[in-house]
Amino acid sequence: MAKGLPNSGFDLGGRELEELAAEAARFKGESLWQDAWRRLRGNRTAWWSFVFLLGFTALALFAPILPLPSPVSLDLQLEPQPPVPPWETFGRSGFAPEYWELSSLDQLLVDARVGLFADWQTGPWLGTDGKGRDLLSRIVWGSRTSILVALAAALCSLAIGVTYGAVAGFLGGRIDNLMMRIVDILYSIPFIFLVIFLITIVNEYRAELEDGWGIDRETVFYVVIGAVYWLTMARVVRGQVLSLRNQEFVEAARVLGASTARIVFVHLVPNVLSIVIVYLTLTIPAVMLFEAFLSFLGLGIEPPKVSWGLLAVDGSEMVNPVKLYWWLVVFPAAAMGATLLALNLLGDGLRDALDPKLRGKD
Amino acid sequence: MLRFVLRRLLWFAITLFVVVTISFFLMRSVRGGPFDGERALNEAVERNIQARYHLDWPLWKQYLQYVGPVNLGDTGPEMLGGDGSDPFTGILVFDFGPSFKYRDFTVNDIIGQSLPISVSLGTIALLWALVLGLSAGIASALWRGSGADVTLRLAATTGIALPNFTVAGFLVIFFVFLIPVLPVAGYGSWKHLILPGFALGAPFAAYIARLTRTGMLEVLSQDYIRTAHAKGLPPRLVILRHAIKGGLLPVVSYLGPATAGILTGSLVIERIFAIPGTGSHFVNSALNRDYTLAMGVTILYTVLVYGLNTLVDFAYTLLDPRIELEDS
Repeated sequence: MAKGLPNSGFDLGGRELEELAAEAARFKGESLWQDAWRRLRGNRTAWWSFVFLLGFTALALFAPILPLPSPVSLDLQLEPQPPVPPWETFGRSGFAPEYWELSSLDQLLVDARVGLFADWQTGPWLGTDGKGRDLLSRIVWGSRTSILVALAAALCSLAIGVTYGAVAGFLGGRIDNLMMRIVDILYSIPFIFLVIFLITIVNEYRAELEDGWGIDRETVFYVVIGAVYWLTMARVVRGQVLSLRNQEFVEAARVLGASTARIVFVHLVPNVLSIVIVYLTLTIPAVMLFEAFLSFLGLGIEPPKVSWGLLAVDGSEMVNPVKLYWWLVVFPAAAMGATLLALNLLGDGLRDALDPKLRGKD
Repeated sequence: MLRFVLRRLLWFAITLFVVVTISFFLMRSVRGGPFDGERALNEAVERNIQARYHLDWPLWKQYLQYVGPVNLGDTGPEMLGGDGSDPFTGILVFDFGPSFKYRDFTVNDIIGQSLPISVSLGTIALLWALVLGLSAGIASALWRGSGADVTLRLAATTGIALPNFTVAGFLVIFFVFLIPVLPVAGYGSWKHLILPGFALGAPFAAYIARLTRTGMLEVLSQDYIRTAHAKGLPPRLVILRHAIKGGLLPVVSYLGPATAGILTGSLVIERIFAIPGTGSHFVNSALNRDYTLAMGVTILYTVLVYGLNTLVDFAYTLLDPRIELEDS
C-alpha cells in the first residue's frame, strides 16, 4: 500500500512512509474525557474531594452491613449522652435489628450484618441524642436518605432541563422564544412558596397516592424538587445547543436524513454533556440544602426515617439555655458541611477540567 | 427607557396572574379546609362560616372576588345588588381578605404587623453580607495566592456549603453559651436581630466574596488599571477609584437573587430564633391550611422579588454603560 504520494514532487518510498506512520502512532490522541480525567487528577483539591465523596457514598451504601447500632432503637435516658471515644469503648453487645420498613436489598444486608457480627455493635463514639439513639448510626443512615434525595432530584432536573433546553435551542425562533419566556416567568416565582404549598396539598392526598398509584410521598418529594431545579439547566443547555446547531456536523446529519429527535439526542446532547455534568455537581449540593430546609420545616423526610436535615433540626432543637449538647449540633453539621464542601470543590474542579476556558471564573 | 419599564410591567402582570391563578385553584381544590377542626361543627355554624368566606359561591365567582377589584358580595356596589358600602375588594386593591385561622384578623393586618420585622431582619442580613463579602473579596483579590487569600476562599466555600440553620446553631453555641453577650431568641431589641441577621447573611456573604474576588481579578488585569498605575496614581486610589467600580458589577447583578434567597432563608431563621416575622407566618399558615394567609404571603414575596430584580437590572445598566436596557 505504501506508494509515493501522487504528484507530490517528493518521492516517498514505502520505508519512509512506514517510519512516518510509526512516528505518528507514538503520539496518542487524547479524547476530551481522557484530557479532563488527567486534569482532574492533577487538581489535588478536586481529586481528594472526589475520593472523599466516593468513600462516603460507599459508607452510605453499605450502612446496613456495618456493625452500627440501630438508628431508631430507643433507649430512654434523661438526657443525651456525650461522645465516648473509640479508645475507651470500642464496641459493646446489645444490638437489636430495629429499622423502619426497609427495601428487600437493605433487609438482605441487615441479615448479613446480623450473621457477621451477631449482636456486637460500635460504642457511642459520637454520643446519643435525646432519645438515646446512636448519633453515628443516625448520621450514616441519614446520609443514605440525603444522597438518594440529591441524586434522584438531580437526575429529575437533568432529564427535564436537558430535554427542554435542547429542544428549545434546536428549534429556535418563535418556539424557542416562547419556551424561554416560560422559563423566565418560572424564574421570577419564589418557588419555595409554591413547593411548600404543593407539598402540603400532596400531604392531604397521600393515602390515595400510596394505595391507588403506588406513589409514596418521597417520590413526589423528589419530583417536586427536581421540577424546581431544572430551570438553570435548561438555560445552559439551550445556550450551548444554540451555538452548536449551525455547525457542519449537524448539517451533515441532516443531509444524511436524520430526524430532529435523532439530531437533538444523538448528536447535540453528547456535545453539551460536559457542561451538564458541571452543573449537575453544583445542583446536587443545592438539592441537599433544600432537602435539609424542607425537613427543617417539617415538610421533608418524616421520622422514623432519618436525613441530615432532620438531624440538624434535632440538634438545633436541643440548643437550650440549661445545658449544651454540642455534639448534636457539631457532628451532623460537620458531616453535611464536609460533603457539601467536597461537592462544591469537585464541581469547581470538574469545570476547570472540562472547560479550561472557564478556569478561575465563577 | 420607558419601553423597558413598560415591558417589565407587562411581564410582571403576566407572572403575577399565573402565580395567583395557580395557587388559588390549587388552594381551593384541596379536600379538607381550615375549618375541619378536631370536632365537627354544627351545621348552622358551618353554613355561616361558608357564607362569611364565600365558600358557598361557585369557584369562578370566588376567584373574581379574590382578584377584585369589584366586590361581588352584599356590601358591593349598588349596580350589582349590594348596598354600596364597600365597593372594592380583592388583591387588585391590595386586600388579601380575612385570615382563615386567625379569624379576628385580616391577612393585611397580619402582614402589616410582621413585615416590618422581616424587612429589618433582611436589611441587616443583606448589609452584613455586603460588608463582609466585599471586604473579604477585595482583600482576597489584592493578596492573591497568599495565605489570607486561601483562608478566605476556604471560608467562603464553607459558608456556601453550610445550611443557615447550622450556622445559626454554631452562632448560638458561641455567643449565647460560651461568651454570653446576646439573647438566644425572641424579638424586642436590636440585640435580638444580630445573631439571626448574621446567620441569614452568612451564605450570601460567602457568595459575594467569591464574586468580588473574580470580578476584581479580572479588572485588575485590564489595561486601564496598568495605565492608572503608570501615570503614578497611588495604589489605594487605583483600587478605590478605578478597579472597584468595574469589579463590583457581578455583585450588583447578584443582589436580586440574593434578596430572594434572604427572603426564603428567613423562613427558617425566623423559626429558629422565634421572630414573629412574615416568614414564620407563612410556614405556619401552610401547615395550618390557612390558605388566604399563605397566598397573601406568596403574592407579596413574588412582588418583592420581581420588583427588586427589576431595580437591580436598572441599577446595573446605570453602572455599566456597555449594557443597554434591552429586556432580553
